[in-house]
Amino acid sequence: MTGEAHAAVEFQLSTPPDLVRRRRMGRIFELACLVTAAAGVVVLAVLLVDVIVDGAGWLNRTFFTRPPSRIPTRAGILPALAGTIWLMSLVALISFPLGVAAAVYLEEYAEKGWLQTIIQTNIANLAGVPSIVYGILGLAVFVRWMGGLTGGRSVLSGALTISLLILPVLIIAAQEAIRAVPNSIRDASYGLGATKWQTVRHHVLPNALPGILTGTILALSRAIGETAPLIMIGALTFIAFTPEGPRDAFTVLPIQIFNWVSRPQDDFRHLAAAAIIVLLVLLLSMNALAIWLRNRYEKEW
Amino acid sequence: MSSSVLGAVSSRTARERLVRAVVTAAGGVSILTTIGIVVVLVWESIGFFRRVSPVEFLTGTEWTPLFQPQHFGVLPLLAGSVLVAVIAALIAIPLGLGSAIYLSEYAPRQLRAVIKPTLEVLAGIPTVVYGYFALTFITPVLRHIIPGLGIFNALAAGIVVGVMVLPMIASLSEDAMFAVPRELRQGGYALGGTKFEVATRVVTPAALSGIVASFILAISRAIGETMAVVLAAGMTPNLTFDPRESIQTMTAYIVQVSLGDTPFGSIEYQSIFAVGLLLFMVTLAMNIFGRWFLKRYREEYA
Repeated sequence: MTGEAHAAVEFQLSTPPDLVRRRRMGRIFELACLVTAAAGVVVLAVLLVDVIVDGAGWLNRTFFTRPPSRIPTRAGILPALAGTIWLMSLVALISFPLGVAAAVYLEEYAEKGWLQTIIQTNIANLAGVPSIVYGILGLAVFVRWMGGLTGGRSVLSGALTISLLILPVLIIAAQEAIRAVPNSIRDASYGLGATKWQTVRHHVLPNALPGILTGTILALSRAIGETAPLIMIGALTFIAFTPEGPRDAFTVLPIQIFNWVSRPQDDFRHLAAAAIIVLLVLLLSMNALAIWLRNRYEKEW
Repeated sequence: MSSSVLGAVSSRTARERLVRAVVTAAGGVSILTTIGIVVVLVWESIGFFRRVSPVEFLTGTEWTPLFQPQHFGVLPLLAGSVLVAVIAALIAIPLGLGSAIYLSEYAPRQLRAVIKPTLEVLAGIPTVVYGYFALTFITPVLRHIIPGLGIFNALAAGIVVGVMVLPMIASLSEDAMFAVPRELRQGGYALGGTKFEVATRVVTPAALSGIVASFILAISRAIGETMAVVLAAGMTPNLTFDPRESIQTMTAYIVQVSLGDTPFGSIEYQSIFAVGLLLFMVTLAMNIFGRWFLKRYREEYA
């Protein structure tokens, strides 16, 4: 006992050689962790540079105003860009009300109990289902069973499929935004004689709106790059026109990119890179908008 | 009370009921989605398994549905998915965990402000873009290093999928480390531990269930990854664990069939549902398992 106590005193008085070694280990470890953390940044930088170098020179008037063509210098992304805008607008129209309503149900209406637990667990599990499985669902349900209604391999079928795909993410984000509204607001509203729906409509939702919008935009920015489920439901890879209505055939930017990347000729690779630049600019502007909304309207309660 | 007030109250009640019904229905959509997925996959798979025995499907080593003689042994596709996921894990686990430890224990605020958003952007890049990156950058680099490597190979696909799931490991693991109570860290320092020792012997073990959950969820994501694998790994069902070879994953097969014009109801058409069902069950099992781990640490330090 006394020997150990003695050693402890000595430990404090002089830096033991052991500690020098341990501290050096620590510095090496910190450096190793820094390198791994920097790896992500480096990869992103390389990816962006790679795409810009390959594609920037192809971003001209023709590229934005023409349909794809067998001759690379005459090929453009007009139908794909129009298809993406169509698809995203429909997805927003379908998924936003549905997602917000589901979140309102789970946060404001559902009684705590087995049903709520099942729905909540189910949503978490759906968020992990591979996107291609949603494509299989869309193919069977929206293209085949409901083909008469949706027009089969149409932009509407695609929008319904992608809406189901992003709903779990959207619901979870909307729930968090609704949960962040303090109960005192609700109590004050009830105290003034408001009903549940009046409280939700005039107090909870307006206060949660910036958070809900941020979550929705982030969910849509995920949807804009989705490829596999749309290939499943048959978004055509070759299409020379823009959709006129929700029941029309369509293609989207990611599918156009896939189509061009799959070809061996270098020129098509460059077209693909140019289309990727357009896609990433759209995606990153959506992210920037979401961040701006969050910073601008975020409330401290 | 006058009748007009009563009328207003009853119309208010009617509206309350209507709203409740509408939001409940919206909540039910998620349940319907799950039921839809299961019914569609099982229904069409039954048709498939009437023609191909489940035993042949699960144990067969040849997958040649698109040419004669047709064989429907799913093992080559399963092996392809597993191979890509293993390579992805070898890349993403050390990089992701290292990033998480750095962000949670070491990073000065300015660096954190750069690394965190970068990882978020990395997580949001569409998978077809990663496919392009694999094909036009990673594969050419690999071909310099490994002579004789084909244009399509499992290695490039695995690496790029690893980059894709890295942010998921980093962010979930960092959350788990962040949740470790300060008292545990301070206890470590009080016993004379260096920062390194506290990070690796106190914080990491304390956050282990969350870290393991992040690995499982990331590997599940890697198995479900599609476009990057379609573009980089090729379309060759191949029962191999050699990363230099071209392979086909379950997801890539499903895409391949839907790119061609396979008639509805044919055995090729039904086969995508059988493969989809297998994919769904594998990923669902991993997700449930992973989230069970997550719940454990959240309960521990709640």
